[in-house]
Amino acid sequence: MADLQAFREETKSWLAENCPKGARGPGEVHTGSTKVTVSADTQAWMEMMAEKGWTVPMWEKEYGGAGLSIAQTQVLFEEMSAIDARPPLVNMGTRMLGPTLLEFGTEDQKKRHLNLIARGGAAWCQGYSEPGAGSDLAGLNTRAVASGDEFIINGQKIWTSGAQNADWMFCLVRTDPDVPKHQGISFVLLPMDQPGVTVRPISLISGSSPFCETFLDNAVAERRDLVGQLNEGWSIGKRLLQHERSGQGGLGPSAARSRPVGVSVDLGVAEVGLSYVGVTDGKISDPALRDEVVQWKMQDAAFKATQRRAGAESQNAKAPGEATSIFKLVGSTLAQDKQELIVKLMGNSGTGWEGAAFSKDEIGATRSWLASKAVTIYGGTNEVQANIIAKRVLGLPD
Amino acid sequence: MQTEFTEDQEQFREVVARFLQDKSTPLSVREMMASEAGYDKDVWRQLCEEVGVAGTHIPEAFGGFGFGSIELGVVAEEMGKHLYCGPFFSSSVMAAYALLNIANDSSKVKLLPDIAVGKTLATLVLDSLNSPEAVGRQLVVANNSLSGTAAMVLDAHVADLFVIVARAETGLGLYTIHAGAEGVSVDLLETIDQTRKVSRVSFKNATVERIGHVNSESLDRTWDHICVVLAHEMIGGAQHLLETTIDYTKLRYQFGRPIGSFQGLKHRCADLLMEVEIAKAATHHAARCLDAGEGEAYAASMAKALAADTYMKAAREAIQLRGGIGFTWEEDTQLWFKRAKSSEVLMGTPAIHRERMISMMEQQS
Repeated sequence: MADLQAFREETKSWLAENCPKGARGPGEVHTGSTKVTVSADTQAWMEMMAEKGWTVPMWEKEYGGAGLSIAQTQVLFEEMSAIDARPPLVNMGTRMLGPTLLEFGTEDQKKRHLNLIARGGAAWCQGYSEPGAGSDLAGLNTRAVASGDEFIINGQKIWTSGAQNADWMFCLVRTDPDVPKHQGISFVLLPMDQPGVTVRPISLISGSSPFCETFLDNAVAERRDLVGQLNEGWSIGKRLLQHERSGQGGLGPSAARSRPVGVSVDLGVAEVGLSYVGVTDGKISDPALRDEVVQWKMQDAAFKATQRRAGAESQNAKAPGEATSIFKLVGSTLAQDKQELIVKLMGNSGTGWEGAAFSKDEIGATRSWLASKAVTIYGGTNEVQANIIAKRVLGLPD
Repeated sequence: MQTEFTEDQEQFREVVARFLQDKSTPLSVREMMASEAGYDKDVWRQLCEEVGVAGTHIPEAFGGFGFGSIELGVVAEEMGKHLYCGPFFSSSVMAAYALLNIANDSSKVKLLPDIAVGKTLATLVLDSLNSPEAVGRQLVVANNSLSGTAAMVLDAHVADLFVIVARAETGLGLYTIHAGAEGVSVDLLETIDQTRKVSRVSFKNATVERIGHVNSESLDRTWDHICVVLAHEMIGGAQHLLETTIDYTKLRYQFGRPIGSFQGLKHRCADLLMEVEIAKAATHHAARCLDAGEGEAYAASMAKALAADTYMKAAREAIQLRGGIGFTWEEDTQLWFKRAKSSEVLMGTPAIHRERMISMMEQQS
């Protein structure tokens, strides 16, 4: 305990001294992409943190981390949040691929990829969904054929978040079409900058394009970038999804700051209710809307309590388990309900798309509401999560 | 503030659970429901002597064990699971918390030790079981003489001591009177939930002793303490219904397969699991807030509202997913269903607690 106190003091003063002003409060976060230019402060902050191994504090030092314990990591996050420091680096490498490689990767893969991720040198995207394989992900058809030291890959991926700025993709491919669908899938890593990879952003109802279509025409992955055994990629892919869902539901270190993709404003439902619906005797004027506000707030506060409990429990477990589906389902529903409620409370003011007639928050609220339609779909729909919970947690039969 | 149960607390839960598994079976619950007293005196004595439940949260200075809402919640949660019938909630929880939060020290010293060992059965007499703001409209004291009616009082038919909140000229006060004293009449009511018996209690010029001054803060605190224990009892009941319902859907075959294999039922079961998990987390969190003296002021109301809604939902689903058997007298589900309803409205409906919560939020913003 005394050691932890010393670590806290040390961390506190280092952060106070080194965290640039421009890396505090809401704003840009480094994604590791080599294709995006960030502000000098964001870049410096990421580099300084990477130097200490604090972009991925719990990873071993040889892979770019700092080898911190859970307790020390918690202290680090608490002290960062005390000065409102933004996370130095957030991407699919730190949150999803990294933990998966730590579990399944070869020593060579860990050395090459984890260190690059840790120092913010590559952004990753996820080649999972295909036009014909959404909820039934294992039905995927992108083919990979071994050829010497390489795999030659042909097919199409869709809903690839951030593919336009990604440097690498982790990808599920079919390597044996003649066995039951779960048994012929492999998990490979491939660079995005090669002639066989074409990326086309998809325009969404919110006006933004965070997801892409990715076309693979004789794209190449190196044989040494096959993760796990050939045709045994499905279980690795599923484990990675658990890391993804625990992040989406709001578990894990960046939980407090995680928001659904495309949600750009963070407004309080009670505050919006009071200012847009009006106030009578200190209360939100419309009793039905007022009850919706408190119902949402209750679910949200109780969900946060559930997360704290799960956080305490998962300290004993190495990786998130099946219960992450609970967090994904509840967390995404709550996030979506919040956006729905906010535009409802805003009434006509919640219908602005652009222009000076609406405030920045109003347009942000409308755009966020539209964007939030994706959150109950991506990472596995709510219905798929409910299937997983029924089967894996409750043990209900097929 | 702690975020998970300690090993000691888990062990304590084991002890309570094992005892109740043995002594509070559906068969014995039905016996108690049909009996006049509504509880088994021997089982209560053992609970107090061997497990020590009655004094869990009462400070050692007043003859208890000095634990807090967390440990008391552990007891209540297990009792809710096993539908324990006995004076724990009326005496150890409601009356004891009123005394702890409101009574003067000499009365605590005099009254709590016997309550802490279960020797005295006390009950809290409130003229409203809806909200603290509504208390003090029916029961009136003048010159230590109490008159008026409390429409519903838990376990009044077996209580030795009434602890009463009543209005005097100087404001609300806490009073005591012994059962059987002149001017006190107790009418046992016929209600749906016979696992927790309630009576109408009337006072006519009954001579009471004043033992404390009630202000809105101490009454709110008492209310919160009681609600958090009640919420534990409710999540225990909801957990029991969830588990037995899931088991039933695995065993019941229709169309040549277990009904739990149908997606329409699977998703409902998954929904219920999530609701129960969330209500449990809110309830445990509320107890931790009370014990640590920090956290959201509305945590207790939130726990009561969520636990009540969840228990009712679990009870409705438990009947629906059992099909025809679910609404028969013989099936035990009805026992929990009725307890869910009586608990939902006790100490304030979910709507009242949501109102308490949002009022606090509006004042803050």
